[in-house]
Amino acid sequence: MKYVLRRIVTLVLTMIMVSFLSFAAFHLISGDPAVVILGTSATPERLEALRRSMGLDQPFLIQYFRWLAGFFTGNLGISYSYQQPVAALIMPKLQVTFCMVMLSFAVIIICSFPIGLFSSRIAGSRLDWLHTTFNQLCMAVPAFFLSILVTYVFGIALKWFRPGAFPDLAKNPVGAMHYLFYAAVCIAIPRIAMCVRMMRSTIIGEMEKNYVRTAISRGNDRGRVLRRHVLKNSLVPTITLLGQTMAEIVSGGIVVEQVFGIPGMGRFLVLSISNKDYPVVQALVVILAFWVIMAGTVADLLNQTVDTRLRLGGR
Amino acid sequence: MKKRVLAGILALSMTGALLAGCGASGSGSSGSADAQATEAETEEAAAEEEAAPEAEEAPAEGGATAEHAATNEIVIGIAQDLDRSLDPHYTVAAGTKEVMFNVFEGLVKYDSNGDTIPAVAAEAPEISEDGLTYTFTLRDGVKFHNGETVDLDDVIYSITRCRDDENVNSQTRTGLACIADLQKDGDNKLVMTLSEPNTELMSLLTLAIIPSDYDQQDTAPVGTGPYKFVSRTAQDSVVLEKFADYWGTPGNLDKITYKINENAEGLMNGLSSGAIDLVSHLTTVQTAQLDEEEFNVETGTMNLVQALYLNNAVEPFNDIRVRQAMCYAVDRQYVLDMAFDGQGFLIGSNVFPAFTKYFDDSLTNYYEFNQTEAKRLLSEAGYPDGFDMTITVPQNYDPHVATGEVIADKLKEVGINATIKKVTWDQWLEETYNGRDFQSTVIGLTADPLTARSLLERFKSDADNNFINYSNAEYDELFQKAITCYDDAEQTEIYKALEKNLTENAASVYIQDMADMIAVRKGLTGLTFYPLYVLDVSTLKWE
Repeated sequence: MKYVLRRIVTLVLTMIMVSFLSFAAFHLISGDPAVVILGTSATPERLEALRRSMGLDQPFLIQYFRWLAGFFTGNLGISYSYQQPVAALIMPKLQVTFCMVMLSFAVIIICSFPIGLFSSRIAGSRLDWLHTTFNQLCMAVPAFFLSILVTYVFGIALKWFRPGAFPDLAKNPVGAMHYLFYAAVCIAIPRIAMCVRMMRSTIIGEMEKNYVRTAISRGNDRGRVLRRHVLKNSLVPTITLLGQTMAEIVSGGIVVEQVFGIPGMGRFLVLSISNKDYPVVQALVVILAFWVIMAGTVADLLNQTVDTRLRLGGR
Repeated sequence: MKKRVLAGILALSMTGALLAGCGASGSGSSGSADAQATEAETEEAAAEEEAAPEAEEAPAEGGATAEHAATNEIVIGIAQDLDRSLDPHYTVAAGTKEVMFNVFEGLVKYDSNGDTIPAVAAEAPEISEDGLTYTFTLRDGVKFHNGETVDLDDVIYSITRCRDDENVNSQTRTGLACIADLQKDGDNKLVMTLSEPNTELMSLLTLAIIPSDYDQQDTAPVGTGPYKFVSRTAQDSVVLEKFADYWGTPGNLDKITYKINENAEGLMNGLSSGAIDLVSHLTTVQTAQLDEEEFNVETGTMNLVQALYLNNAVEPFNDIRVRQAMCYAVDRQYVLDMAFDGQGFLIGSNVFPAFTKYFDDSLTNYYEFNQTEAKRLLSEAGYPDGFDMTITVPQNYDPHVATGEVIADKLKEVGINATIKKVTWDQWLEETYNGRDFQSTVIGLTADPLTARSLLERFKSDADNNFINYSNAEYDELFQKAITCYDDAEQTEIYKALEKNLTENAASVYIQDMADMIAVRKGLTGLTFYPLYVLDVSTLKWE
């Protein structure tokens, strides 16, 4: 209980800190949103009027605390680029990205474990070099290139889905998930390759340990030892990696979202940054921070369940 | 445990900082600055993101036949989202006007020749002898998209708002400042009294007529055009529908969806897969990928002035001989051939060819490509061995970057060593355009509103937007004459003299009006070109 409480406090504090840092960094690095909005039709008086209407004439700290107060009362502010409430703007995009990430994650899990086990089985055999080379290739290929390949092969040549016509998630959830699946696979492939490599090396390392040798020499079936003992002990690094992956696929999705024309959060974040749409960026950054921390927490908890030795720290 | 928490916080703060950091650079590297295409005048907008040079092979045999024809709708791909506000009077981005042209109308509107024809007004106004009183008759029964009938109050409200509201584009505001009084005469006549004659008034009166008692123009705009605004999903789509009660020739298509994708690859995929039927502002590299069986490629003009703009206030371009040498040294046809597959329309001054009334073709070849002459002028100016210079280009506009590179190549041949400096769009706006801190830059300028004044006023020595610091007493004097001249023919002559002044003094190296390549799915006809940056969807139809 104490552990959970501590985690929650950490979460809130981290989110506040992240929001402050991103707010500050944004103000330091980038220019004036009013200049970007007005472009070449800017005149000093027009700029002034716009700044006033957006509250940009206030000192930095006041702007930040205003935002923070709004955040805690559930008011994420009004987007500069759309003049609409941020919450309403980002909600549909979050749903889309969430579905894509979960699909992608499911693909990663479903594929990684069998392939990882298989890979450690064949270690040293003739098939091995072929497998590791292929794995290396999958790890190296950029998601951008994969996306183009997949849209071309499955979208344009085979017509299994229609690139550029993403169905509305609310109106046609099945169609939308079908569309997202292709994007999810593009994101998943390099990650699967990483997980496989991680599993392979930890399992091979574990198999060389004394307890395994003892177990096998006492006549236990090799496969059974692998499944019942080795796998469990090798899971920890993989779960940690999966936790990181969960956080990373959100950012990995940005390019994929662009190529597939998916109206997701990653694309929206990049565009909002270039539009200097602070309210949207702030909201998304905090949500991302939340996501990253949650993924880490869940991975930790899982690890403690799998490997009881880790529970000591939690007391 | 404490240590772990602390480490966690630190790590995450770093992530946050990183995110923000990536973000700032993302604005450029993603090329998505188009999104804000915030832009009244400079702009050629659009589909030229990263033109994805290693794009996939042209799609094999198509198959995606026009199935949108069955539902009588089309999907148009656009590369950037619309403005923050859809209020027509506050719009700045050319890309927004391009879409909203179909939603709004003024008392008058542009036809495809760039002339004004009556819209909300029933006929051309009666103008008094002295040019100071305009009497407009309202067209009967013009309806707003919300079902209300347009009355004189709406018209007066719209015009006054454009004249007085500080959020309205300054060219429009100063142009309308001559309107001293607006009076109702009966319930369908509007008497407009001017403080001084204004020959460009009709262009300005294309300003959108909007309801006086409606406060959601920002997000749910209401106008009188052939198409009504239905919905907008940020960074995804904008939907228009045919307006059943339109006063004039109604549109043919029932529904228009603008699909936004800032990624050129995504747009091209959409065309190939059949999800998108029409995309404007493509490059020749992109149109070459398209299947000829499925698409027609139409070529129009961007209606902008693309030039290597020279900062007339800095060395060495403060010397007219150097500027002239630059004009002689740049082979414009070579630029078109190398960077645009030979497409484009050469120009010689700050007016584009489609603006026929003011375009003076005799200036186009005022400076023929001539390296000997360039070298002679350079040595005369004291640079026999050339000099080093920088060409600033906004990196999100591929055509401008390519143009800059080809020019740099050509300049080398006369000893001028030009370095290309790529900047993000907001850097360009802040430093180059507003800050005037540059030597030379490649950009396209458009006319907004479509008047000679809006194209030429910026070169007045004290103009706010004179970013090239052009300063010429004769020009200032002529300009003053032009805006106080109330005879149309005479005024046109003065504007032409102004163009000539720019050419003779080599204000900049004027290059071209770029070709605008539009991919249109076979079966879709009726595409009409305007000398404006618009796409009229009301004439489109499926066969």
